[in-house]
Amino acid sequence: MTVTIKYFGLVAEAAEKFEEVMELHGAITASELKTQCLNGLAIADKDSVQIAVNQNLDDTITLKDGDEVALLPPFAGG
Amino acid sequence: MDKRKPKKVFIQGAIPPEKIATSVANHQSKSNIGAHSIFLGQIRADEVDGKTVTAIDYTAYEEMAENVFHQIREATFAKFDITCAHVYHSLGKVNVGELCLFVFTSSAHRKIAIEATNFLVEEIKAKVPVFGKEIFEDETHQWKVNK
Repeated sequence: MTVTIKYFGLVAEAAEKFEEVMELHGAITASELKTQCLNGLAIADKDSVQIAVNQNLDDTITLKDGDEVALLPPFAGG
Repeated sequence: MDKRKPKKVFIQGAIPPEKIATSVANHQSKSNIGAHSIFLGQIRADEVDGKTVTAIDYTAYEEMAENVFHQIREATFAKFDITCAHVYHSLGKVNVGELCLFVFTSSAHRKIAIEATNFLVEEIKAKVPVFGKEIFEDETHQWKVNK
């Protein structure tokens, strides 16, 4: 299955990309995908990064084909 | 019931001060309003390690942000007896001294409008996926985090 991963703010800067399509094999949760995506990136506080699956901030979701996943650093609106 | 249509919140660049005057003028025909409450967020020249912030470059997960703005606005109408609620937020570069957030509520009486505006601002800061790159005068940057 494939999922689209969107990167924002300091995560996009560290990953040097804004979006990618990733092929996944077997069952994987959002939390596991987040760890995999952030692995090796120069981000001081990885716990502060949230993952959204189809705009839903629940990292226990098991991913399915076609999901849109977003890696979101701390919010800074206003 | 979700009766209100989602409104476009994002504005490219700074929010012009004239927009505030126009918004107030647009409500003068609504005779059931007795109070407006306005919050304006302005870019501050923070000093960090001897360097001064000159601008913030805002980005967002726009599709999610627009949905969350709508949910927050709906929650505000459910919680407070207000007649109107408007929210505008900048995207892109906003210089020090310029406006990046405009929240505007109206009600029959002041306390409700003030509380509704405060609720909106706090919810926006906590829940909307907007990101801010604070740019210093030497072109270096750091990422803003809401306190």
